[in-house]
Amino acid sequence: MSGRESFLLDGTPVPFAPGETVMQAALAAGHYIPHLCYHRDFKPHGSCKVCTVRAGGQTVASCTLPAQPGLEVESATPELEDNRRTLVQMLFVEGNHFCPSCEKSGNCLLQAVAYELGVLSADLDHLFPSRPIDASHPDLLLDFNRCILCELCVRASAEVDGKGVFALSGRGIGKHLIVNAESGRLVDTAIAATDKAVDVCPVGVILRKRVGFAVPIGRRRFDVAPVSAQAKGDAPRPPREKERR
Amino acid sequence: MRVDLETAAAPAGLRRVAIDPVSRVEGHGKVTILLDADDRVHQVRLHIVEFRGFEKFVQGRPFWELPVMVQRLCGICPVSHHLAAAKALDVVVGATRLTPTAEKVRRLMHYGQILQSHALHFFHLASPDLLFGFDSPVEKRNIVGVAAEYPDVARKGVLLRRFGQEVIRVTAGKRIHGTGAIPGGVNKSVAPEERDALLADAYRMIGWSREAVELVKRLHFANVGLYNSFGSFRSNMLSLVAPDGSLDLYHGGLRARDEAGRILFDHAGYQRYWDLITEEVKPWSYMKFPFLRELGAEQGWYKVGPLVRVQNCDQIPTPFADAERREFVDFGGGQPIHATLAYHWARMIEMLFAAEEIKALLHDDDITGNDLVVTGTPQRRGVGVIEAPRGTLIHHYRLNAHDQVMRANLIVSTTHNNQALNHAIRQVAKRYLDGRRLTEGLLNHIEVAIRAFDPCLSCATHALGRMPLAVDLVDAAGDTIGRLRRDGDGGCVDAAAAGRKDGP
Repeated sequence: MSGRESFLLDGTPVPFAPGETVMQAALAAGHYIPHLCYHRDFKPHGSCKVCTVRAGGQTVASCTLPAQPGLEVESATPELEDNRRTLVQMLFVEGNHFCPSCEKSGNCLLQAVAYELGVLSADLDHLFPSRPIDASHPDLLLDFNRCILCELCVRASAEVDGKGVFALSGRGIGKHLIVNAESGRLVDTAIAATDKAVDVCPVGVILRKRVGFAVPIGRRRFDVAPVSAQAKGDAPRPPREKERR
Repeated sequence: MRVDLETAAAPAGLRRVAIDPVSRVEGHGKVTILLDADDRVHQVRLHIVEFRGFEKFVQGRPFWELPVMVQRLCGICPVSHHLAAAKALDVVVGATRLTPTAEKVRRLMHYGQILQSHALHFFHLASPDLLFGFDSPVEKRNIVGVAAEYPDVARKGVLLRRFGQEVIRVTAGKRIHGTGAIPGGVNKSVAPEERDALLADAYRMIGWSREAVELVKRLHFANVGLYNSFGSFRSNMLSLVAPDGSLDLYHGGLRARDEAGRILFDHAGYQRYWDLITEEVKPWSYMKFPFLRELGAEQGWYKVGPLVRVQNCDQIPTPFADAERREFVDFGGGQPIHATLAYHWARMIEMLFAAEEIKALLHDDDITGNDLVVTGTPQRRGVGVIEAPRGTLIHHYRLNAHDQVMRANLIVSTTHNNQALNHAIRQVAKRYLDGRRLTEGLLNHIEVAIRAFDPCLSCATHALGRMPLAVDLVDAAGDTIGRLRRDGDGGCVDAAAAGRKDGP
């Protein structure tokens, strides 16, 4: 460990292995950088921008920033935290996120990150888009109201499940999640309830039917500990563990 | 004495007085009174002026969200909506019989709710009127005034409520808006340490509830003429009763009695409640008016809630509460008690029953079991009925083949009591306001009558979209020259048309 090279995250040395990003190394060392679209099992693509840091005079997504020896990275600055809060608030108002009746509440990464960042209100006008749910599949439900466009399901379905069930369509504010079926309905895709794409959704879009509120309050993921205290759990798995999967 | 003050014969030229908002009740409502130049009362109406919309916005949602979603109807008795929805969805998932753990944990949650809601109502909302007098100084007529003059009463009221909320937290996960009941069962049982913590207080709560019954009796007997006559009116009565006729606030069959106490129907299954109960709309209120179909709108309206339940049952299955029930029934001298202020007395008997039930359930090992959920053959329609603190609560859902809610109908306790509430305030207006110069204290008499029912006005207004509506066409002289009524499907019908015969 002592022989490993390191960079500085908010002044604290963080060791890294060759090829690791700033996000991966930080999480492995137990340092939390807020993030939504990053997932340890998938190649980062830096789209949500919540993990943005300042490094080398630039503002960059830490999930795609290669760790370099001696690099000075600023993450927990008031300005960056403000920007993150705004990004999260924009996601809340762009969709329809009704946490009080959402079965993902307590297990939802968007909600956990919002709590972590101290988001107490939207501070922006809600857009209240009309996004009907897709309940056509017998075992699965799509609630598009809660989509944050992280593309984790897109990546999981293509890379792990080998099915390519999901994609994003449209641009800008019109961008939205679609499924790969002529009818546009989930029931006509190749998805199965055991797919990685189902498990990977960080919010309440892709849901197994009839599960609902089976996990009591107090035992949900973020009841146990706030997201920042679970950084190590989001760190990349050691190669051997990955192979066993 | 029946007083018909619903619609003034000649409203032109009458002076309008409004109590807006009605205070110390849940939700927002107002009372309007039309008076002539001599202060004679010509019209009295309780209006529900807020708007909720739950029946509309649950449409399209997956059914398993409902128990958590619909409890947001109310901040006072969310557990009642939570459980009524869960009971309807037990039918949907084919859970014809819950596991002993699931049923008893739900019962514990419900009696925690009854205890906290009844304590809140009596001590925080109603006791200032009863302890200080209906026209006592308004500055004093609140829980702070009670705490100053009767600190022991106020303290016990607050702690009784807190205990009930603790029972809810242990069974539902949170004191308010928890997630404990799920279709087919519950998502948690009670841990032994949680049970022990509740048991440490349970016996004291029974003692304090007995004191509360004594207090309300003392108040009633101290002014028996007033308490027996104030806002009193005769009506039919409706509640659930257990198969053996016992008081059961969680489950049972519907029993209705007429104003003399004769049984109209008994142990009626509620899955087709619309064969027994239907609703009419009036042009001046967002709240519908339910009535017993067999008797029609004029004769079939009824009241629900503690005053009814304590008399509608044959016995209460806990000893202290049953002794109090017998004394209450004896006080009626063989006739049903219809005194509006006797709601308070009956409510405290129920609070005592809830405290005793909680204690008994805490001693039952089933509440710590692990067998939580059952399912069976799925159904597309489910009705759940429960006796909420304020009375009978009906939740009714229809689903499509994809597990989405297509239609919801909720008939809440305060809606059942709509006509009764209006009758009570008309009696009071006629007796106390007619021909007198109005004062704040006199107007509070109207509110005292409303508060006796513990109405929840926010729960009572939940429709949106194609809400049933009645429209009157009135000419310049104030005469009604036409009326249209829109039913729940959006179709316009003549006002005289009866409700649909087959189920929604």
